[in-house]
Amino acid sequence: MIKSKVDEEDYWHSSKFKAFTFDDEDDELSRLKESRQAVNNIRRLVEEDDDEDDVEKVSWSGEPVGSISWSVKETAASSQRADREPAFPKISTVTPSISRSQSGYSLSSLFKGKPKGGNFQTFSDALTDSSVRLYAPELRKPKSEYKDYVSDWSPEETVQRLQQGKAVSLEKFRTLQDKLLLLDLAIAAHDGNVIMAVLIYLKRTLCKEVLFRELESRQTALRHFIHYLSETQNQRLLLELHRALGRAEDAALLQYKEHLSITDENKRRDFLKNCLSLPFSAEDLAHVQDHYTLLERQIIIEVTDRQAERGGKVEIFQKFPRKALILNMPLITTLYYCCFYHYAEPEGTFSSPLNIRQTFKISEKQYFVTALAARAKLKAWLDVDALFASRNWLGFTRKKSPLSFQRVVDILQKNSAPTHVLQDYVALVDDGELRLTLAQKHKCHNIVINTYRDMKDRQLLLGYRGKVVRGSVEERKIDDLLSNPQIRWKN
Amino acid sequence: MAHSARRDSPELPDFSILKRLARDQLIYLLEQLPGKKDLFIEADLMSPLDRIANVSTLKQHEVDKLYKVEHKPVISTSDQLCFLIRPRIQTVKWICDVVNADKVPGKSRRYKIIFTPQKFYACEAVLEEQGIFGDVTIDEWPFYLLPLDDDIISLELPEFFQDNFLAGDQRWVRTAGSALHLLYSLYGPFSKVYGIGRCSKMAYESWREQVEEGEQKARQAEIGNVFLIDRDVDFVTPLCSQVVYEGLVDDIFRIKCGCVEFGPDVTSSDKSVKVMLNSQDKVFSEIRNEHFSNVFGFLSQKARNLQTAYDKRRGMDIKQMKAFVSEELKGLKQEHRLLSLHIGASESIMKKKTKQDFQELLKTEHLLLEGFEIRECISYIEEHINRQVSMVESLRLLCLLSITENGLLPKDYRSLKAQYLQSYGVDHLLTFSNLRQLGLLVEQQPGETLTVMESKVGKLVNDKTAGKLTDAFSSLAKKSNFRALSRKLNLVPKMDEEYDLRVPRDMAYIFSGAYIPLSCKLIEQVLERDGWMGLEEVTRLLNGHEFAVTGSSGVDSKGKNDTQRIILVMFLGGCTYSEISALRFLGREKGYKFIVVTTAITNSSRLLEALLGNHV
Repeated sequence: MIKSKVDEEDYWHSSKFKAFTFDDEDDELSRLKESRQAVNNIRRLVEEDDDEDDVEKVSWSGEPVGSISWSVKETAASSQRADREPAFPKISTVTPSISRSQSGYSLSSLFKGKPKGGNFQTFSDALTDSSVRLYAPELRKPKSEYKDYVSDWSPEETVQRLQQGKAVSLEKFRTLQDKLLLLDLAIAAHDGNVIMAVLIYLKRTLCKEVLFRELESRQTALRHFIHYLSETQNQRLLLELHRALGRAEDAALLQYKEHLSITDENKRRDFLKNCLSLPFSAEDLAHVQDHYTLLERQIIIEVTDRQAERGGKVEIFQKFPRKALILNMPLITTLYYCCFYHYAEPEGTFSSPLNIRQTFKISEKQYFVTALAARAKLKAWLDVDALFASRNWLGFTRKKSPLSFQRVVDILQKNSAPTHVLQDYVALVDDGELRLTLAQKHKCHNIVINTYRDMKDRQLLLGYRGKVVRGSVEERKIDDLLSNPQIRWKN
Repeated sequence: MAHSARRDSPELPDFSILKRLARDQLIYLLEQLPGKKDLFIEADLMSPLDRIANVSTLKQHEVDKLYKVEHKPVISTSDQLCFLIRPRIQTVKWICDVVNADKVPGKSRRYKIIFTPQKFYACEAVLEEQGIFGDVTIDEWPFYLLPLDDDIISLELPEFFQDNFLAGDQRWVRTAGSALHLLYSLYGPFSKVYGIGRCSKMAYESWREQVEEGEQKARQAEIGNVFLIDRDVDFVTPLCSQVVYEGLVDDIFRIKCGCVEFGPDVTSSDKSVKVMLNSQDKVFSEIRNEHFSNVFGFLSQKARNLQTAYDKRRGMDIKQMKAFVSEELKGLKQEHRLLSLHIGASESIMKKKTKQDFQELLKTEHLLLEGFEIRECISYIEEHINRQVSMVESLRLLCLLSITENGLLPKDYRSLKAQYLQSYGVDHLLTFSNLRQLGLLVEQQPGETLTVMESKVGKLVNDKTAGKLTDAFSSLAKKSNFRALSRKLNLVPKMDEEYDLRVPRDMAYIFSGAYIPLSCKLIEQVLERDGWMGLEEVTRLLNGHEFAVTGSSGVDSKGKNDTQRIILVMFLGGCTYSEISALRFLGREKGYKFIVVTTAITNSSRLLEALLGNHV
């Protein structure tokens, strides 16, 4: 969807042997087709015996008519091998050309449709009840019993046999030309399994310089090879391949990925430090640098905090024992942790939230959200309050937030803030309707009551009376309002 | 249901034969290793296996103990070990370790590996390298297709998606072709095959070759037409939140192989319950395709009906009561059980969704689909990331933003990526690299996009429908293919019109009326036009690779109209339950019956989790 059309076409044409792409104007393809046809015929002759062998060898106990072996015989008997024609046409579109995009491939007189007449056929049609269906899996000898025989298959035949999962030897393809022809035929067959079979052979019989060079011009094969190397965890060769093809960034990422399998934190840190010399893009390098700095810092914090926790002298660790190590956590989790355990520390320490904010250039909003959540979790409402106040030092009367107050309420509520705290922030929500909804949701009665009073809506107020606790301050307040003669109710 | 259904929909073919076939084939293979044996089963094959056979079937064929493949040393004492695995190199390596470990003390056992659905040369190469080729016998179990329901068949190959689209590895192309061929030989011959996407095209070719290689039997066709579609033709649809019941259940509880496990919060007991979700479940089958907002009403109506049925007992004499107990009670109890499960599930869904402000999330998604208020959407996503809300969810929104906007502005891309890495870990650099490779999350290319789009817009404007387009169109220059596609195919209905979700008027109902899934719209259009004629712009925007071919039996198709209306849709790379619901809707509207064949059932989480780069 994203790849441009040009790319796409390059991709399809990347093979040197254009003839074997979908674009089949060339006569080489028709030759391929012919030989396929020929092979098909040969194969059919050759294998007729095999098939029969199969059937005979099936020594199936127990199941009479309707068993697999029975139906295999049925299948063999009823299949018509003569006068076969291609059932469906080959697609020859490569470019999304408009003129061909209709269903113009209606080849007449292809395979037989429903037979006309013939009582037998109608009879068997009538028996489509699945229990008597004559269809059966194509049983063959287990592959393990095939003898590995060397034979004189042509490249085309070889690829076809590979596709069908038949034994075939590649050893006779010794010239580079032969090998590449085989590879290109495999690519043209669009069968990843076959492409891989050929690539494994090439890997074994070509030096890597030559192999890499040839892969460079064959993107499909290259991607298969890369996937194979990563599946077999052949990191070394994969890196060499990336480097040889000038894919420096891929190589860098691949190497960076290795850190995931290093469990010892000190070793991991050292490894990340080494990664800093890899050819990342400038942007990614900055991220990797951050990763290294963060882990380095986490290791220091972890050592200190573990001691503090064990020492039993620091109150917060006693009150809120740590649930997990801070090692390898994301930056924001680390910031949250520091806001939780090290909030008041001076900016000079490694674990000071302000220091972390500075070092990693955390945005104001992000810092605010994290600090708010951490302090709310601790129910340190004064700290929460201060977060807003410090935004607007001069005014001080007004709370300001880089985050919408609706969100603030949400965060506070998720940390089970009490109503008296919540209502301060609900009151600051700009949108009146939203404010009312939030107030109702969080049972900030005063706000609801005042809003109804301002709306002069007696009915709503009366209705709300049923929702407050009987005999509470709020109920009294509502009663006072309702009996207040100075309010001009609209209803 | 309130849908205006055409009543002449044809009957679906019987797919249970596929299960029987697979079971018989497996038994045959097990018999190839006579005598008692222990069987090791690849973890993700256990559920599919459960659907076609049970333990006693295996025991009957001398399987002694069953183990899950766990890549640990084996403790089996049996002298015959059988491994039933996917053709994965890591699993084969583990088997090599097992065999080689036995060799040290000179222990002799017989080993058999059964690859399913097929073996790969790369796996055999591992056996050879590890020096155990010949010590083990190898077989293939062609278990290509597992029917999950009357109209859903799965290849159960989730890795098809990342192997094919991310790694560019075509190993499963032939598998897809073979799966299609199996359907063809059992339910064909097909009349027409339509498709779009590179992989679809290759799968078609592979299938066609297998038709030529194989035997043909003249038989009555049960499936008329086939539509093949690559997942990367439409990434938008699987990335949207699902709001149709079945899709929601999948998003929240994860349906596995047609079966879901409801936890204590649903069952309101201390036990979890595993439930098969398919058309056999009479309650489920009525709500699965419904928009979630209708489900509650339906369930409470159902509960009332049930109450009435129970109430009939009153005033019965002994004889009537006896009849009631023997005839009706069992069914009622069953219904009762199902009903309470689905009510429990709905409640649990409601709770979870209210907690995460689902409404706001949906609003953002809808704005992205429409292309309005993109700035607001970006800050919503940013906040999502800042608050470390679900890592996958944030990624999903980022991808949706990128696809609908044809990439992010470089400034936004950098800032969002940096914040993402801060919130979820720098190792997601690897995830971003994957997403870029796949084109799911990219930077806009300045300049180039503009000129390409200008020409596209130019063409669009010349089109007949251009009359409807407003001046706003000229600002489309920078916009994405998605926007152009969306306009061309009317994927986003106008928002000012009320959309009654109880009486859906089009497939958009599966997304609350906000968006018609692109994948299903393409299918609808191609079937309607009997090809791609008139969709030239659309296919160009989708990078082509469309095809429409006719086999000979399509010519004399008169008289078997019913078969022509049975359409097999094959999704290469996975499809979502929402898409299936949309197709079922389309089928009811137009009198088609759709059979969905997919490499696996997917959803946004599965799709994105497959692309995470931060695991070893």
